[in-house]
Amino acid sequence: MMRIPCPYCGPRNSSEFAYKGESRPRPEVGSVTPAQWRAYLYDHANPEGWVAEGWYHRAGCRRYLKVERHTLTNEVRSVTPAARP
Amino acid sequence: MSAPSAPAAGVAVSGGRRLAPREGEVIDRGAPLRFRWDGREHSGYRGDTIVSALLAGGVTVFSRSFKYHRPRGVLSASFVDPGCTLQVGDEPNVRGGHRRVEPGMNVRPQNVWPSLRFDAKSANQLVGRFLGAGFYYKTFIKPERLWPAYEQVLKRFATGGKVSPQTPHGVYDKRYAHPDVLVAGGGPAGMAAALGAAEAGAAVMLVEEDYDLGGHLRWGDASQRALAAELVAAVNAEAGIEVLTNSVVTGRYDDNWVAVCQRRHPDRVGGGFGPAGSPVIERLVKARAGGLVVAAGLIERPYVFEGNDRPGVMLSSAARRLVKLWAVRPGSRAVVLTANPEGDAAAEDLASAGVEVARVLDARSGGDVVRALGARDGSLAAVELGDGTRVACDLLVTAVGWSAPTSLLNMSGDRPVYEPRAARFLPGGRLPAGVYVTGGLAGDASAERLVEHGRAVGAAAARGEDPAGVEALGVDEHPEIFRGRTHGMVDFSEDVSSKDLVAAAGEGYDSIELMKRYTTVTMGPSQGKLETVNAVAVLSEATGRSIAETGTTVWRPPYAPISLGALAGRIHEPVRYSPMQPWHEAHGARPLVAGQWIRPEHYGDPEAEVASVRSGVGIIDVTPLGKLDLRGPDVPELLNLLYVNKWSKLAVGSVRYGVMCADDGVVLDDGVTGRLCEDQWLMSTTSSGAATVWEWAEAWLQTEHPGWRVQVTPVTTAYASINIAGPASRELLGRLCTDVELSGEAFPYMHLRAGTVAGVEGCWMWRIGFTGELSYELHVPAGYGLHVWESLLAAGGDLGVGPFGIEAQRIMRLEKGHFIVGQDTDGLTKALGAGLDWLVKVDKEDFVGKPEIAWQAGERYQRLVGLQPLDGDVVPPEASQIVQGERRIVGRITSSRRSPTLGRSICLGFVEPELAGAGTVVTVLAPDGRRVPARVMEHHAHYDPEGVRLRG
Ligand SMILES: [Zn+2]
Repeated sequence: MMRIPCPYCGPRNSSEFAYKGESRPRPEVGSVTPAQWRAYLYDHANPEGWVAEGWYHRAGCRRYLKVERHTLTNEVRSVTPAARP
Repeated sequence: MSAPSAPAAGVAVSGGRRLAPREGEVIDRGAPLRFRWDGREHSGYRGDTIVSALLAGGVTVFSRSFKYHRPRGVLSASFVDPGCTLQVGDEPNVRGGHRRVEPGMNVRPQNVWPSLRFDAKSANQLVGRFLGAGFYYKTFIKPERLWPAYEQVLKRFATGGKVSPQTPHGVYDKRYAHPDVLVAGGGPAGMAAALGAAEAGAAVMLVEEDYDLGGHLRWGDASQRALAAELVAAVNAEAGIEVLTNSVVTGRYDDNWVAVCQRRHPDRVGGGFGPAGSPVIERLVKARAGGLVVAAGLIERPYVFEGNDRPGVMLSSAARRLVKLWAVRPGSRAVVLTANPEGDAAAEDLASAGVEVARVLDARSGGDVVRALGARDGSLAAVELGDGTRVACDLLVTAVGWSAPTSLLNMSGDRPVYEPRAARFLPGGRLPAGVYVTGGLAGDASAERLVEHGRAVGAAAARGEDPAGVEALGVDEHPEIFRGRTHGMVDFSEDVSSKDLVAAAGEGYDSIELMKRYTTVTMGPSQGKLETVNAVAVLSEATGRSIAETGTTVWRPPYAPISLGALAGRIHEPVRYSPMQPWHEAHGARPLVAGQWIRPEHYGDPEAEVASVRSGVGIIDVTPLGKLDLRGPDVPELLNLLYVNKWSKLAVGSVRYGVMCADDGVVLDDGVTGRLCEDQWLMSTTSSGAATVWEWAEAWLQTEHPGWRVQVTPVTTAYASINIAGPASRELLGRLCTDVELSGEAFPYMHLRAGTVAGVEGCWMWRIGFTGELSYELHVPAGYGLHVWESLLAAGGDLGVGPFGIEAQRIMRLEKGHFIVGQDTDGLTKALGAGLDWLVKVDKEDFVGKPEIAWQAGERYQRLVGLQPLDGDVVPPEASQIVQGERRIVGRITSSRRSPTLGRSICLGFVEPELAGAGTVVTVLAPDGRRVPARVMEHHAHYDPEGVRLRG
């Protein structure tokens, strides 16, 4: 089981977290087309390599985190709060 | 039957196989014991395995093989011995080559019918050509209608013992551990690694599959046994090393998460969990290891030739272990085929045990066996050599090479590489940081050199250093010997022969991974530990490719079998009760499991509970209702975002109904939120949605709107919640609440008040009505829940007040046409489909799901409608389809009940838009085939659609 270094709680088992999928910006609701909106909902890049994704520390600090993970090795290179600027 | 194999001529078997006491034996001759095998009494000593005890008593056949039901005896005399899988009492699939015999054990053979001696299914041997490669795929495919019959046939081929449904639950457990260094394997290198790590200051867990540490030194010569004893003493003296014997590392996962199956954990568990004093059958240790040192050793490889699976043909390591650990003579007259020093030593050990060694065939100089010839019962009678001569014997020992069990390295990302010089696969050198290799896996060396290497690797693991700093082990030359000039068994567990593999390659299954799946080679209980390299070698021979080109299969967890009990561990299923639970239990509530909550379904008669509410007053415990305390100036922003309707202008003292959708427009949850004061709100969610909605609110606050000043606190269990429903509810509440004016003018529908109820201050009262009646929902500080509940019942005796349960509430809400998220909606139900056109405000700037819901108006979608069967006595089951013509599905029933209030059946359901108009008659197809005509109603509500009663 991979370990995620939570910036608030320290290194914890990934089973403490809920996986929230690839991080993607939510399109502007006022001007979005159906194709753009559905790409946001359903299209995943699913790369072999580094991906930024959301993890929620459900059994810990209950913060939403942005995790950069390598999909091949499960190496985690950064974990930051998920807040979008 | 104590001696299923008729002895070969001149070989005495009965009872005469136990040797005089020997140096290094692990049996305790002072502790004789008796047990049963196949219905007969047998004897052994403490320290015997089941197989060593039986073999000492003359038993040489322990099972029948998987497909052909050939008799099988000892091959490896270890955990992976494919022919020694037995049933012990109620426990199936016990590894008889490993499990120690215990007094009174009842051991039986598996996969035999009617008996081990007369096995009817051994007729399969005669029809072997029908059971060749790809047998299952070719035979049991068409026609499809015969699949149930195939299943019956295939079931008979399944190996494995029997589990009685009456078997009591055994005691299984789990443990979490955080060793600095975990060492897999307790041979010389593993012990040395543990010592090296502990000396460097690490807390070490040393895991050994066998009952004793020592590895192959235990059946070595006197100096090797002395070295083993020295290492064991040092390990035991080292406080920093925890030793788990009879335990096996079953897997290595990301970041050195290591699973260890600890068998027969000696702790006994008393009180509250399992039978007091029961031993723990298996314990799963989940270890997060700083460093993992893999010291799994080497596994001896069988030789492939005709008759290699006959009882009496065994590996040199098996013969040596039998003689030296358990003082058992594995046969009377032996032929030894040897290609290495271990095979040479086996010949000496046999001679020392009084076995007549008829012939030693040195494979290094061309010695070979062509086939093993059987006696009438199938066991070994003679071997045929390359020059055609036959040598009578009841024991053939082979020592043709070793395989490296690189499983844990594979699981770490490494891929083994074939080294022809050593005739085995070696680690591929692609290990992540924190994973180390030592011992036979890493190379060949003297015991002393292995210890030196292990100690250095252990120290590196403790310090987190790169193992490249440790001088590597070399490999010894070993001839490449896999298959002789005849065909024989490759997979003893699955009955797959080299001939089957050649045939599969001929059919085009010439990749090792495809061949494995097609022939099931290496897919049996020993999972390739004995078979993989031979399978690769046979394939390479069949295709003309080298072994390196052919490659090998990938070993995946678990390394060794692990019981479902160990994976489950103790049952830790959390259960939640409301503070009123003692009352419910005392008053005959029928429990209903709703998520983690146990709730009263009813108190005997739900229809009577409905009648009581409709005519007078009833109370229901709705504590599980999700409740979130929302504070801060930006709460209206949050509510506007999460709910599809508008929230900006909700006045203090008011409550409002809202529905939440996800960004795909699908209904997520619903509930009522009230504004308690200027900057405090109380949001209610569905009972099952409480946790989801909390996370949902946090998700939007933390990711998209971190600037909003909102604090969300779950308070579901801080309050006990009671709904008082019925025309007399105002009268009842008025008797207990004196500081709030309850009249319809002072406290109207969809408003809330704070007040004192039954002397309890700080109660919230909401005028809402899920049941369709005048009703008040109380949120009472949880500690007073039971008091308020009992006070309401005591105060309303003359009003006929009584409790009602979930079922009565479900009937009443269906009468009223209120949908339940997850019951009347599913993962595809967008807001408009649920009939929420009246609620959704697409003119809001933004809310979650807005684009999809706005677009839905222009789409074609099914609508939720009220339905009434024309025959009011028929209640079509929930999930019945609504059909057009023979079988075109045009909708479904989502909720249905008999309405005691209306005296007829009522439903909610989805229908295609053309059928959604009031008065349309649709056809409901019940699961039993009945066709039930039903009318689409004007409203969802079957009862009081104008809402006169709840506004009263
Ligand atoms: Zn955390």
